Parts: sequence; structure tokens; C-alpha cells
Amino acid sequence: MTRSDRYVKILSYSVLTVLSIVMVFPFVWMVLSSLKPFREIYRPYLIPRNPTLNNYKQILGSSLFPRWFLNSLIVALSTTFSVLFFDSLVGYTLAKFRFPGRNLIFIFILSTLMIPTEMLVIPWYVMSSRFGWIDTYWGVMFPGMITAFGIFLMKQFMETIPDDLLDAARIDGVTEFGIYYRIALPLVRPALASLAILNFIGNWNAFLWPLIVSSKPRMYTLPVGLAYFSSENLMRWEMIMTGATISTIPLIIAFLIFQKQIIRGIMLSGLKG
Amino acid sequence: MRRCLLVAVLALLVIISAQTFGKVKIVYWQYYFEAKVKAIDELIQEFQKLYPDIEVEHVTFPYEAFNEKVAASIPAGTGPDVVNLYYGWIPKYVTSGYLQPLPENEFSDEYFANNFFPFVAKGVEFLGKRYAVPIAVRSLALFWNKDLFKAAGLDPEKPPRTLQELVEVAKKLTKYDKQGNIVQAGLATQPSGQGHHWIREVLTRQFGGKPYSDDYTKVLYHNVPEALKFYTDLITVHKVGYPGFMNDDITAFTSMSAAMNIDGSFRIAALKKAGLNFGVAELPEHNGIKSNFASFWANAITKNATGQKLDAAIKFIKFLSSDKVMEVWLEKVGELPANPAVAQKYYNDPIYGPFLKGLEYAHATFFVDETAQRKVMMDAVDKVWLKGISPDRAFREAAEEEQKILDNFWKSVGK
Amino acid sequence: MKLRHKKVLTAYLFLSIPLFFFVFIRFYPMMYSFYISFTDWNIISPIKKFVGFSNYIKIFQDPVFKISLFNTLKYVLLGVPSVIALSLCLALLLNNITKFQSLYRLVYVMPYITPLVATSWVWRWMYQRPPTGVINNFLNMLGLPTRNFLLSTSEALPSIVATTVWVELGYCIVIFLAGLQNIPKEYLEAAKVDGANRTQLLFKITIPLLNPVIVFLSVMETIIFLRIFTQVYNMTDQGAGGPLNSTKPLVLYIYQKAFKSFDMGTAAAATVVLFLIILTITVIQLKVLNRKVQY
Repeated sequence: MTRSDRYVKILSYSVLTVLSIVMVFPFVWMVLSSLKPFREIYRPYLIPRNPTLNNYKQILGSSLFPRWFLNSLIVALSTTFSVLFFDSLVGYTLAKFRFPGRNLIFIFILSTLMIPTEMLVIPWYVMSSRFGWIDTYWGVMFPGMITAFGIFLMKQFMETIPDDLLDAARIDGVTEFGIYYRIALPLVRPALASLAILNFIGNWNAFLWPLIVSSKPRMYTLPVGLAYFSSENLMRWEMIMTGATISTIPLIIAFLIFQKQIIRGIMLSGLKG
Repeated sequence: MRRCLLVAVLALLVIISAQTFGKVKIVYWQYYFEAKVKAIDELIQEFQKLYPDIEVEHVTFPYEAFNEKVAASIPAGTGPDVVNLYYGWIPKYVTSGYLQPLPENEFSDEYFANNFFPFVAKGVEFLGKRYAVPIAVRSLALFWNKDLFKAAGLDPEKPPRTLQELVEVAKKLTKYDKQGNIVQAGLATQPSGQGHHWIREVLTRQFGGKPYSDDYTKVLYHNVPEALKFYTDLITVHKVGYPGFMNDDITAFTSMSAAMNIDGSFRIAALKKAGLNFGVAELPEHNGIKSNFASFWANAITKNATGQKLDAAIKFIKFLSSDKVMEVWLEKVGELPANPAVAQKYYNDPIYGPFLKGLEYAHATFFVDETAQRKVMMDAVDKVWLKGISPDRAFREAAEEEQKILDNFWKSVGK
Repeated sequence: MKLRHKKVLTAYLFLSIPLFFFVFIRFYPMMYSFYISFTDWNIISPIKKFVGFSNYIKIFQDPVFKISLFNTLKYVLLGVPSVIALSLCLALLLNNITKFQSLYRLVYVMPYITPLVATSWVWRWMYQRPPTGVINNFLNMLGLPTRNFLLSTSEALPSIVATTVWVELGYCIVIFLAGLQNIPKEYLEAAKVDGANRTQLLFKITIPLLNPVIVFLSVMETIIFLRIFTQVYNMTDQGAGGPLNSTKPLVLYIYQKAFKSFDMGTAAAATVVLFLIILTITVIQLKVLNRKVQY
């Protein structure tokens, strides 16, 4: 390692470490608040003087909590798998095929990101009510099964794949689907892993639509269930912070798992070109 | 042979009628508040025992999402038969065709006069018809922190009784740090909390005016800019507090960073839970005038309820507003009974007493869009303390804004 | 069949289900909003009266709409360049280190993982004036004056931008890292062999090769900032976008019109306007920024 390399490495570590305090501090506050009893939640000091696990006991012990957790898990996993398949397929098609209407279709898909969810909720609800999707997993999942964001991301990464590679496979007689599945996909593994984790996070934290489409508490996802602790007369801050902490832990685990995938993916995909 | 046929037909009729005249099911919507939901669930059990042919489905949701839930259910044709809503939303819900008026034979003038405080009948009325019935009501009072009073050398059992005293006492209770930042507010000032109600229904009257014309078509409060000035002087002249101190007035008072606060009866449970040593007094008077703002959530019947469902709904809401229920409501939920006879029993309670006494001279503002009208007041106060605009001008501009809101509403109703 | 035709048919085949999905799930509701914008529907009424363009005229005459529009553009102009520049720098640094990689990345993604509502409230607390505001206490310690932050009509919007940048960093960093890892190592090795130094490597090879990712993030972050809502709703008093409308973005204006004032027609009209703005800006960005990059 040259001197300048070492110098840059030290700089990198220093900057990253100092900034990580800013990045992590609010989260630390959140966790410490969740350990505060009701009486202390309004006090300005950071570290609770009478730390308690009561808030956790109350939420985790609530009879529906495991069910909410399971619902969130089912919904987030299902949509992530669907997104990984469909978004990459469409991204691949838009990147690697020439056909009439290609740009128009891309803009059309992208334009679906431009309407705030708040305005989509009512037509979705009418639809769900008509088709009997209320209080079902499908009802919660359907808006997120294919995402414009994922399509856009995959398109950008798919475009970097050399066309010759794909043509070579065509000459070898590989099916179109096979080319997508066995050649293109493995080459964009980092992007797939990123898509997976970001989609999982986004879906896990979704609130407005799952709230509207579920009327029975049994069908709530985690954020909806946890929202019951804020009310007109009293915001139960210690519960909100506890709920947020609980909600974040599975995401941290998911992220660490996916991170390993990315690093492994790089080692496996080997040389390019 | 003919008798057999007759018996068969009769049997058939009985079977058919048994199918159609089975249990009547009504759906009741309410926002989630643990104590209320528990109480209602128990009351539903009792109600169903009294009326075994009626079944009530209790649906709740987070307070935040109330309007979204209702909005989504209408075009889908789903939704409740009975809904618990804020009285201030009645005009909106009625003009949208969501609610049906209470049948006058069941809910006569006499019924209201015998069972509720006078402002209730006025509060649920719109264009000559009445639409809902409350279980409990809320009003405002002056909360004070006895420990902070003692620490400042004041008598912890003597709260201020007039606006003058309020200012003097607040000044003695305010503490600042070296840079001049308030670290303890004498009086929490938060127009977005109950402050805007205090300005609108109490201060304007105490300074010789009134907020609106009796038919609520004209805004009149700009005629008494002294009312706004009194409020903003607390921030800019006496410096005893400011909007947003400690995030909001509830947090400030609960964490002992504010010595006094003007707040509603719904705060009592939380303050007790926080272990605060607080007292409650009637709102300070001025020029011998007392006034208060009362509000309530009430049960209304939607257009969905027809025929048997309507009957069931009527029975249900009458049950919920019976004095038997009101008696336990105070204990279980901590809300004031809407029935003066029941309320009388608690007049000497040191905490509930001042609120109940306040109900006697309280007004329930007619809101066409409470969010927008609240914001008008918030902006007026912000203009004065953030932008240095005179209270005179700020109040006038607020009145113009609010007049527009009212005009739009009355136009849409066709008046 | 000619190869070209076969490819076109394959493309349409692959796109069939997703397109059906988008038309049904996204396009139809969009058309619904578009239609509502020409009525005076108030959500809880079954009646929708056709009122032509009057909702559009109403919003363009509404000073609050104009302020919201202006604020929304401010959010984008302040936030997007900041988040892209910062996240690129951080991604480059993160790509450079070898020990504790996972841990560092987790730290920088934490803000994005945490539910936005909780994050908004924590920052709201941190922005307070003394005695509880952490940031102000820190400033006072350095001898600097107290700032009003969320209570000031001039400081509130930038304060919310700062929080949003902080949150979005994680998202952008994850994607930048994926982009960096997608660059074949041989390119960098070859350039080093040719004698390129660090700066040249960075600016002549790495960043140009990251163009697809930069385009993606510019477009996405612009859309995200144009649609900003949750944090403003949770960081302002009563979610009103104050003080005095200084932080109110278009989506909040729409939300209030729809679910607080029950004025769905106006909300839908504003939605259509926002949609057209986002569409225009996105198309321009794609045309200007996109450059073909193949490895």
C-alpha cells in the first residue's frame, strides 16, 4: 500500500466515524426514549433515570403484536419477491430491446411515481371493496407488487451489460427468457440486492394504504398496529418510540443479510467483459 | 287436504319471517382511545343483553385517520350505521348527505332540555334539525402546578382569578437562562392547542365583543383587537411563554416546564398519570365576564341506517346517553357527563368541579372547517410575534380569512 | 421469423403482465383523480357536480397554493444537489474501507430504515430552542446565538431539508455502492497501470461510469423531494406546514384540501398540476443527463 493510499484510508475512516455520530444519534435517542417510563418521557435528559422495559412488555405482550409482525413479514416478503422478478424483467426489456413505443412506455411507467399515494388511496379502496380484497393480504400487497422505482433502477443497471454478451448467447440458442434469467440477472446482482432491501424497507414501513384497506385489527401490519398509540388526547411518546424501535430491528437484520449477499455476489460474478 | 296446505303455507311463512327477522346488525365507528373503546365494548355487551335481537359491531381506527377512513368508505358504499364524530364536523357531514336528522319524536326538544346542557342542543343543530347525541363533554380550565407556585414563593392553593392576576402571577413564575431564553414558562401559550378557543370564545367576550353573529354568518371578533393583543402581549411584552416552547403546551406543562396552562378536561388522566401536583381553577374572569369553550364528540346516525337498522341505531344511541352510562363514564374514561343532573354530583370535586361549573356559561363554536379556522388564529398570533404585525391588523386579516371560509360554506349550502 | 420481429414480440410478451398491472392499478386511479378535478366532490357526498375548470382557476388564484408551489421547488433546489453530492462522497469513502464494512454501511443506512414518522419527531425535538434543543444547546456552548429553526419562517424549510437529506443519504449510498461495485475492476486496474492518479481515476473513469446511477438518483430524489409530505406533516405545528405556510409543500396542500376541508375537487386539480410539474422536470432531466454507458 502506498503512502497516499494509507493517507486516504485514514481520512476515510476518520470522516466516516465522525459523521456516523450524526447519523446514529437520533436513533440512539429513539431507543433511549423507548426505555423511559411515562413520567420521564417529557424530561429533556437523554439517558433514562429509571429505565424500564415496560413499554416493550406492553407492546410485545399485546395479543395482536405477533400477528401484526407476521402480516408485515408476509406482505414485505411477497412484494419483494414479486418486485425482484417483474421489475428486473421489465427493466431488462426496456434496456435491451428495441421496439415501437419503448420510450413512451418507459415514461408512462415512470409517471406512475408522480401521483401522491394519498390521492390513490380512495380509488384503490373502491376497487378493493368491489373485488372483496378488504382485510386480505392481497388487498394490502397489490399496489406494491410491481414498482416503477425498481423498473427504473434495473433498467439503468441492465443498460451497462454489453450487448455482445447477449447476442452471443442468442447465437448459442439460449431462449430469450434464459438470456434474461441466466446471463443478465447474475450480472446485476448488486442492484438486485439493493432493490430487494430498499423495497423490503419501504414496504415494511408503509402506513397509509395498509391502514385504509384493513378494518379488522387482525389484518393490520406493524406500523398500523403501532399507530394506535397516538390519539387525540395524548400522544404516548414512549410507546411510539418503542414501536419504532421494534419495527426497525427486523429491517436491520434484513439489511445485514442482504449486505452479505452483495459482497458474496461481487466475488462470484468475477470478471466482466 | 286444504288444512294441510294452510299449515304448509303458514309454516313456510314462519320460516321465511324467521330468516328475515333474525338479528339486526348495526356497525358503530369510533376512533381508538383505549379507555373509551374498553368502556364501549362493555356497554355493548350490556346493550345486547337488553336487546337480544340487536347486534352491534364496534369498529375503531387511529384518530389520525378518521377522515380518510370515512372518505374511503363512502364511494365504496361501506361504512357505519352509527358514527362517533366531533360536533364541529356536523355541518360538513350533514351538507354532504352523510348523516340523517334524529327523528324528532324520539329526540324532542324536551329530551334535549331534560338530558343535556343547553350548549349541546345548539351544538348538534344545523339548519333547524338535530343530528347527534353526546355521552360526555369537555370544557376548559386553568391548570396550575402547585410545586412551581411554592418554589416561586406563591400560595399553591391560590390560583389567579382575573386576567390581571393571571399576567402578574405568570411573570413571577417565568424563568430565563443566561442568554434570555425561557426555561420555565409562566403560562404556556399555544394557539394551536386550546389557545385559539380561549381567544375566540372567552377573550373576545371578556373584552366586550363576541366572535360571531348569532346565526354564524358573520365574523365579529375583529371589533375587539384587545382580545388578540392580550394574548400576544403574553408572548411579546410580558414574555411568559411562546408557541412551540417545549414543543407544545401539553409537554411543557406535563414536564413541569410551564407553571400554568389553559387546557381541556381531557388532559386530566395524563396529568394524573405523570404524577403532577396540579390544581384546576375556573378560567380567569375579566370585567366581571366569565366565558368558556365547550366541545364534545357525539353519536350520529348515518344515511346507511334504514328500517330496522334505524330503530336499532336509535335505541343504541339513547342507551349510550342514558344517565346510568354517564355515571360510569366519568370514572372509566374521565370525561365530563353531558347531563347537568349527573354533573351536579361532582361540583365539589377539586379537579372536575371547575370544568363542570364552566359548562354553565360555555359556548360551543359552530365550526364549518375547524382545521382551517384554527389555522387562521394560529397565523394571527404568528404574524404578531414572528413578523411584528400589529394585533389590530392581524386580527382584521384573520377575520377576513375566516369570513371567506364561512361565506364559501354558506354559499355551498345555498344560503 | 426474422430475429428482429421475434425480439419485438418477446419484448411485448415480457411487458404484458406488468403493463396490465400498471394500467389497472396506477393509470385508472390517475384518471379517476383527473376526472374528479373537474367536479366539486366533497368526498362524503354521493353527488359530484361537473364544474369545468373552476377548480384550476381557484387554485391559481389561491395565494396558499402559490406559496406551496414555491416551497416545493425550494425543497428540490436545496435538497437534491446536497443529497447526491454528499451520498456520492460517502459512498466513495465507504467503498474504500476494508474493516467493519457492514457495520459502517448499516450506520449510514439507519436513518433510512427507521420509520419516517419517528425520525421526524426525533429531529423535531432536536431542533427545539433551549433548554431541550440539543442543536441549540450545542450552538450556545460554542458561543453562537440560539436559532428558532422550525419556529422561524425563514429557517424552518431548510431545517426540514436537512432532516430529509439525512434520511435519504442511506438510500442513495446503497445505490451508489451497488453502482461502484458494478464497475469492472479491470478498468480501474488498467488505468492505474497507465499511470493515472487518484483524482484522474475518480473524475475520468469512476464518475462517468456511474452516470446511469447518477441519473437514476437525480430523477428519483427530485421526485421524492417534489412529493415531500410525511416529515413536514410531523415536524410542523398541527401538521399545517407553518409557521405561516413557510414549509407547506404541494402534497400537504393537497392532503389538507382532501381530508381536512373535504374539498376533493380542488385537491384533485392540485394533484394534476403537481403531476404535470413532476413529469416535465423528469423528462427534461432524462434528456439532459442520460448518456449511454456500456462496460
